[in-house]
Amino acid sequence: MRLINLVPSRPLALFLVLLPFIAVIIAYAIGSDIRLTANPQDKLLPAPSTIGETMVKLTTEGDRRTGDILFWQDTWASLQRLALGIGISGSLGLLFGLVIGLLPMARSLLAQFVAVLSMIPPLALLPILFIVFGLGELSKVVLIVIGTLPFIIRDMSQRTLEIPDELLVKAQTLGASSWVIALRVALPQVMPRLIQAVRLSLGPAWLFLIAAEAIASDSGLGYRIFLVRRYLAMDVILTYVIWITILAFIMDWLLRRASKRLFPWAEGGL
Amino acid sequence: MSFVTAIDIFQSYGNRPIIERVNLSVEQGEFISIVGASGCGKSTFLRLLLAQERPTHGSISIDGAAAAVEPGLDRGVVFQKYSVFPHMTVRENIVAGESMRTTWGRFFGAELKAARTRADETLARIGLDHVADQYPATLSGGMQQRLAIGQALAAKPSVLLLDEPFGALDPGTRLSMHDFLQDLRAETGMTVFMVTHDLDEAFKLGDRVLVFDKPRWDPHDPSAYGATITYDFDARDGGIPFQRLKESINVRTTP
Repeated sequence: MRLINLVPSRPLALFLVLLPFIAVIIAYAIGSDIRLTANPQDKLLPAPSTIGETMVKLTTEGDRRTGDILFWQDTWASLQRLALGIGISGSLGLLFGLVIGLLPMARSLLAQFVAVLSMIPPLALLPILFIVFGLGELSKVVLIVIGTLPFIIRDMSQRTLEIPDELLVKAQTLGASSWVIALRVALPQVMPRLIQAVRLSLGPAWLFLIAAEAIASDSGLGYRIFLVRRYLAMDVILTYVIWITILAFIMDWLLRRASKRLFPWAEGGL
Repeated sequence: MSFVTAIDIFQSYGNRPIIERVNLSVEQGEFISIVGASGCGKSTFLRLLLAQERPTHGSISIDGAAAAVEPGLDRGVVFQKYSVFPHMTVRENIVAGESMRTTWGRFFGAELKAARTRADETLARIGLDHVADQYPATLSGGMQQRLAIGQALAAKPSVLLLDEPFGALDPGTRLSMHDFLQDLRAETGMTVFMVTHDLDEAFKLGDRVLVFDKPRWDPHDPSAYGATITYDFDARDGGIPFQRLKESINVRTTP
């Protein structure tokens, strides 16, 4: 039988899905064990049990000085910045994407400009943002927006352009104005693609968030990781990294679910 | 005074002529089939009728109105595909036929209710009432085209333009679509232009069959000349000529 026709049965498929995860955990445990037997004081690869204890301690015990649980505070601060940044990018991206995609005048005016803007490395602008917007929340949110907006605008305008001409002509023969075509024909058709674009932008968004937090902040997941790096607290860093991964995965999963639930007609295309 | 008048239409893309010297006058309620080889400008002519494109020379007027610069309510259209809105249910698609012209593109309250009732009547007539709440993607090709025609008619256009509407359908479905279209036509008395590849279909449905072809042909430069209407057949009475006192069968000779 050809390999391309070899399809795993359901239990085997589940096993195959879990296999790489299990393999990584086992590999880490072995590596950690080897180092710890050589030197019980080793800080680089803490034992899984140590990480587990740290996790419980981080998520339940309050700070010695204030009594607040820093872990949840960091999570809340980071998620707020991320949601604000992605929310602004998504809405502006949708708006500009529709305008560029639908109106030839706006396309001539903005398309090349956005294409050039998207080539600027956002992290190179970070010092400027800190200078202009200060070290507060604003500069972090703006970094996420600058980092993800050009991509979303370009993706949205491209998707809008891909709407078959027939549909736009059809809407015109039904008497629709440009506004109604944008609202009733283009907008609903690009909404599933917007969710897609936001899902793809989440990775860069996390990157910019953690970079901004690492450089100047007083709370946030990225801030904490770079803070405890000074003490070589690998157990804390790993806990935070795992947590960030889980958060990112849940967001992606929620968006995928939302897309399927809200736009059942687009099922086949996505 | 004829209903649709095309006077001396030329259309070229860049310096490549597509159609040239097309003159046509069509009475209200006539069914015009347009046939011709691929690349002979029949779809271009339909786009000109639709005002999706504007001719490089000449003008087309419908019902005495000035030449249109963009597609509008007076022209209904059904394409071979992508003719219905995929993100609306079947019923919403029919309602959209009436609501797209409003400020927000949709109806609210009592108006919406009334429009839905009318849509359900339309759906019952075109035999789609059992799938009213489904999305077009779940329908067969024939049902989608019936929906597209129903939607176009809901806007009450004065001319209906069909661009190879049954080209993608299987022969059986195509025959039932012919019946459907003939019934609708008998009901509404609509002026119809239909581009098709199928000669049988053209003669079966049309009152007149227009043939687009290139009267002049340069073997060294096949795209040097555009196409025009070379034959204008009377296709009534099953395409059998001389059944009536006055009849216009003519082979057009281009000067």
